[in-house]
Amino acid sequence: MVLPIGGMLRLAVSNGELRATMPATTEALRDWDGEGVPPEALVATFAEELRAAREARSLGPVGQRLNNARPGDRSIVQGTARRLPDEPDGDWRATLAGIDETWGEPRIWRSLQAASAPWTELYLLQALDLERDADGGIRAVGDDRAIYRSILGRTFLISLVVTLACLAIGYPLAYKLASLPPRIANPLTILVLLPFWTSLLVRSAAWIVVLQREGPINEALLALGLVDEPVQLVFNRIGVYIAMTHVLLPFMVLPLLSVMRSIPPSHMRAAISLGATPLEAFVRVYLPQTRAGIGAGCLLVFILAIGYYITPALVGGAADQMISYFVAFFTIQTVNWGMAAALGSILLVATLVLYLVYARLVGIDRLTLG
Amino acid sequence: MARQARTTGQILGHGLLWAWTVAALVFLVAPILVIVPLSFNAGAFLSFPMPGLSLRWYAELWQTDVWWSSLANSLIVGTGATAIAVVLGTAAAVGLAMARFPGKDALMAVLISPLVVPLVIVAAGTYFFFIPLGLTGSLLGLTLVHAALGAPFVLITVGATLVGFDRNLTRAGASLGAAPFEVFLRITMPLIAPGMVSGALFAFITSFDELVVAMFLTGPGQRTLPRQMFDGIRENMSPTILAVATILIVISILLLTTVELLRRRSLRLRGIRE
Repeated sequence: MVLPIGGMLRLAVSNGELRATMPATTEALRDWDGEGVPPEALVATFAEELRAAREARSLGPVGQRLNNARPGDRSIVQGTARRLPDEPDGDWRATLAGIDETWGEPRIWRSLQAASAPWTELYLLQALDLERDADGGIRAVGDDRAIYRSILGRTFLISLVVTLACLAIGYPLAYKLASLPPRIANPLTILVLLPFWTSLLVRSAAWIVVLQREGPINEALLALGLVDEPVQLVFNRIGVYIAMTHVLLPFMVLPLLSVMRSIPPSHMRAAISLGATPLEAFVRVYLPQTRAGIGAGCLLVFILAIGYYITPALVGGAADQMISYFVAFFTIQTVNWGMAAALGSILLVATLVLYLVYARLVGIDRLTLG
Repeated sequence: MARQARTTGQILGHGLLWAWTVAALVFLVAPILVIVPLSFNAGAFLSFPMPGLSLRWYAELWQTDVWWSSLANSLIVGTGATAIAVVLGTAAAVGLAMARFPGKDALMAVLISPLVVPLVIVAAGTYFFFIPLGLTGSLLGLTLVHAALGAPFVLITVGATLVGFDRNLTRAGASLGAAPFEVFLRITMPLIAPGMVSGALFAFITSFDELVVAMFLTGPGQRTLPRQMFDGIRENMSPTILAVATILIVISILLLTTVELLRRRSLRLRGIRE
C-alpha cells in the first residue's frame, strides 16, 4: 500500500524521459550555460541521438515530456526528426533551424535543458498554476492558462458546503435519535445505516432519477405551482451538493450519535432545574459536550469529500468535476503521468494533514463502523 | 416524573425537531426506495406515473451476457480480496491487541490509512506501480488492491471483538497443554468469529462496490459490475440499470441485517449488555 503511493510521489517530480532516450545530449545540456543557442558540438550530439531515437521509435516519451511543459513542442521535435538529413547542410545549428526555425531560438534548448535535470518541479508548479519565467523566478501563469487553482478551490468549496450541509441535517437528527428510547431509536438508526450500505452507484443513479426534469421533485414543484417549468437540478452543482450530502450524511450522524449517547440526560435536567431556559441549557451544557463528535464527523466528511470522483462524475456537469477527476483524466486519457501524480500528491498531502488532525483530536481507535 | 407544563415555544420546538428528523430520514431513504418501483415499470421511461407493472427489465437483464460476465468478474475479485483481507486483517488485529510495543498507534494509523486515502490516489499509485509488473488489465491486480482496501475493515471489526477479551482463557488453554496455534483455533477464533464475519462482509461489499480502482486497473476483458453500471448510467440510463440497482439494494439490506445480528451476538457472547 505504501509502496505504490511512494512511487506516485516520486513520479510527480521525476524527469527521466530525456535521459533514457538521449543520454549524451542530457550530459552535454547539463554543462551548458543556457545562453543563446548551444554550441555546434552539443547540437550535433542532439541531432545524432534524435535520428537514433527516430529509428528506434523511442521518441514518444521525449515528445510527451516537452509537450507537458509547453503544448506544441512534441510536433516540433517529431517533425524535425522526420525531416532530419543524414549529413548536415553546413553545420547542424543552421540545418536544424532550416527545418524548424524554433531551433534557432534559445527557449526550446532551455526546455530541453530543464528536461535533462534528474528532478523537475514542473508538474508541482503547474498544478498550482505557477511557472518559471526566463530568469528562473517563479510567477503565476496568465489567466488564460490558469485552471488548476480553480479546480483546487472548487474541490475545497464543494467539500466545505457538503460538510456544513451534513452537519446542519445530521446534528438535529442525531440529537433526536440519541434522546429516543432504544426501542424506537434502533429501527430508525437502521434507516441511517441503509444508505451507508447501499452501492454508491445505486445512490447516484437514484438521484439522477429523482432530480431529472421529469422526476418526482420537479413534478411536485410544478404541482405546487412553485415553478412554471422544470428546474435543472442534476448534471450541475446543485445535483453534486445534494447527492454528495446524501452519500456522506451517515458519516456525520454515526460519530455524533456515539458521542450524544454517552451524555447523561440528567445534565440537561439539572441545568433546567437551576433556572436555565431549555435553549440556554442546550447551548451551554449539551453543545460543548458534543464538540468531539462534531469535530470527528466534520473531519471525516471533509476528508472523504475532497477525494470524491464517482458521484460528481455522474451527477455533475463539466464545471463541477473535482481534483480526483483530473488525476484520472491525466493518467488514463492524456498519459501525462507527471501531472496526474502532482495533482494526486497535493490531494494526498491535504488528506494526510486532515487525517493527522483527526487522529490527534479523535484517536484512530475511535474510527468505528457504526 | 411529573412533567412541567410546557410552553407553546417548547411544544413548537419539539414539533420542529421531530419534523426535521423525519425529513432527514426521508432524505436518506426515499431516493433509494423510489427506484425500486420504477424497475418494475412496463414502459421504458424513468418517471411516474407508470403505465403498468412488468418484469420485462429483469428478463432483459437475465438475457444479457455482459451483465452475467461482469457479475462473475465481481464475484471472483470480491471473494479473492475478502479471503486475503480476512487473513491479513485478523493477523494484524490479534497481533496489535496482544502485543505492547512503542509506535503501536503509528502502525495502527498506517494500517487504517487505506480507509481515508482518496481512492483515486490508491488507483493511480497502484496503476503506475503495476504497469512494469504487468498487473494492469488483470483481475489479479484488482484483487490485490481490493484486499488492501478491505483489510482495515477486518482489523477494526476483529479489534472491536477483542476489546474486553479475557486473556485468562488463552492462558488456561495453554496451561492445559494446547499449542499456541491450537489455542488460537479453538479458543480465540470462536470468540472473534463474529468480528471476522462482519469484517469479511465489509471487505466484500467494499470490493463489490468499488469502481475507481477498477477503472484504472481493468480493461474491456475484465469488466466488473460497478464498471458496467457506471457506463450504463452515463450512456443509456434505462430501467435495466434500475433493475440491477434494486437487486443490489436487496443484497445491501441482507448484509446490513447480518452484520447487525452478528454485532449483537458478539456483545452477548462477551457478556457486554447494550
